[in-house]
Amino acid sequence: MTVLNTNTEHTGTTAAARPAPAPRRRKPLASRAYKVFRVVALIAVVLFLIAPLFWMLLASFKTNVDIYDTAKSFVFTPTGENYANVLQRNNYFVFIFNSFWVAFVSTALSLVLGVPAAYAMSRFTMHRSALVVLMARVIPGVSLLVPWYYVFSNLKMVGGFEVLILSHMFVALPLIVYIMMSYFDSLPLELEESAQVDGLTPIGAFRRITLPLSVSGIATAGILSFIFSWNNFMFALVLSGSKTKTLPVAIFDFVSYASIDWGGLMAAATVVTIPIMIIALFTQKYIVSGLTAGATKG
Amino acid sequence: MSVLNTSRGDTARDTALGAGRTARTPGPRKDFSAWANRHRKWLFAAPAMIFVGVLIVFPLAWTLYLSLTDSQGSVRAASEFVGLENYLTVLSDVERFWPAVGRTLSFTGVALACEVVLGMGIALLLWRPFRGEKWVRVAILLPLVATPVAVGMMWRLIFDPNIGFVNQLLGMIGIPPQPWLSGQDTALGTTIFMDIWQWTPMVVLILLAGLTSLSEEPDEAARMDGANAFQRFFFITLPLMMPTVIVAILLRGIDALKTFDILYATKGKGGGSFHEVETLNVYAYGLSFDYNQYGLSSAVLILFFMIIIGTMWLLTMRKKAVSK
Repeated sequence: MTVLNTNTEHTGTTAAARPAPAPRRRKPLASRAYKVFRVVALIAVVLFLIAPLFWMLLASFKTNVDIYDTAKSFVFTPTGENYANVLQRNNYFVFIFNSFWVAFVSTALSLVLGVPAAYAMSRFTMHRSALVVLMARVIPGVSLLVPWYYVFSNLKMVGGFEVLILSHMFVALPLIVYIMMSYFDSLPLELEESAQVDGLTPIGAFRRITLPLSVSGIATAGILSFIFSWNNFMFALVLSGSKTKTLPVAIFDFVSYASIDWGGLMAAATVVTIPIMIIALFTQKYIVSGLTAGATKG
Repeated sequence: MSVLNTSRGDTARDTALGAGRTARTPGPRKDFSAWANRHRKWLFAAPAMIFVGVLIVFPLAWTLYLSLTDSQGSVRAASEFVGLENYLTVLSDVERFWPAVGRTLSFTGVALACEVVLGMGIALLLWRPFRGEKWVRVAILLPLVATPVAVGMMWRLIFDPNIGFVNQLLGMIGIPPQPWLSGQDTALGTTIFMDIWQWTPMVVLILLAGLTSLSEEPDEAARMDGANAFQRFFFITLPLMMPTVIVAILLRGIDALKTFDILYATKGKGGGSFHEVETLNVYAYGLSFDYNQYGLSSAVLILFFMIIIGTMWLLTMRKKAVSK
């Protein structure tokens, strides 16, 4: 609100101080220097962010001999051996499937629970109720893991997909509620109201008007929750079994018994990151709007 | 009166509609639909709240209970109620607990400070449109979505003392190899660097969203009054951006305090053999799952939780003060 007020004040003074549009002047030299600086700075930023990933990718195509040879940093004969090794001998296809399945199901279920909840919380401004769900973001996961582990191992569920999906839903749900609440906040109420005037029940209006209009918001929430679930490490480290191991846990294990096989390790790390990066590249717009949801409301 | 009338009218209309559309459905369904519509607020919100509540409240209560017992070895094993003994043990532990608190706070503090300053700088660079914007956006997104454990492994290779790229690069300009991750003094700083690499983009995105939603007028007015770029940034843009900056600090701060993946992936159990990167989260995880000291770890967790809540509360207060 303050922001808005300041704006109007300033507009007022500008209008008074500037009776006619300022004549176009030649650009000062500083702006050219700034342009050069900006290009250099941006290239530096991009290099800083990309170079490590590129290095990982390069190493994944090297033999271990080449990795240890610093003369062959960039020039070497690429080999697909690491990938063959990781994917075939270490069964990474199984882990890829596990990660995908857990992330997919936990995202879908969290959407079913989270979207209506976010809608109610946004429409009826249930801020305290929303806080209950958002608490899940704040609590350190370790404090929940011991009791979970106890209960779920008594129920003989540890090592099954159900418990992994439940724990990942715990990550996804607060995220979805947070994103969808700010999405519903920005959706005009009038559309629903007029639908109700035309004879739809409130729930009917939600189902037939609001939900179809929220497809892009739901996509945003879904994609982000999928990514976070795919990347989650701690819950899967404790709760997954040998048959349900997800990719992050699988690469972590890889290190403990084969810490010297750098090529294989980098191939494994690449295998984890590539799918999620491809998804991210195609859904850029959604990811950005999800990560910045609610950030600019002040 | 009027309230009553409207609601009766609504029900009547609902019923009429229901009867019209689903002529063959018998009564109970209509009743349910009317009931559901009247209670949709809680009908919608409750399932998610119950789910999260059951998964949080019960375990937290248990953690609180465990922290008052001498439970260890197995949660099933008999344990005795020891009152506040665990808390006293933890609070007087200057070898593991207090250094872990220090590391948690310095990790979060340094990482956050660098991320916000760098993030603001990069956001300002990206603020006005330019050629190749798309590529920069892609570059910004990649670290954000990369799996933290894989990122940890990647940095392990890059910071390796013998074959790592960083030491190769330093070698070219004549600086001798540094131990980075394996050194006792350098490990924490190196992990902070990794956190900065992965999460500065997040701060950039949030701040950029804030910048784009700012109105141009205050900035232009200041330009008219002859303010230079620095003055305009420090006296106009930055104050207007403060609420967004605090949101970014809040969102990032919660996660930075709880950092686990990268630390555990690069240094393993106990934060390395000298506990050099052992933060509260890594310490509590180790106590629970590597050493099975449930009573002690629960006490650590309760204290950790209080630190997080305290920090959050301070920041939210600050945010309210700024936006008012």
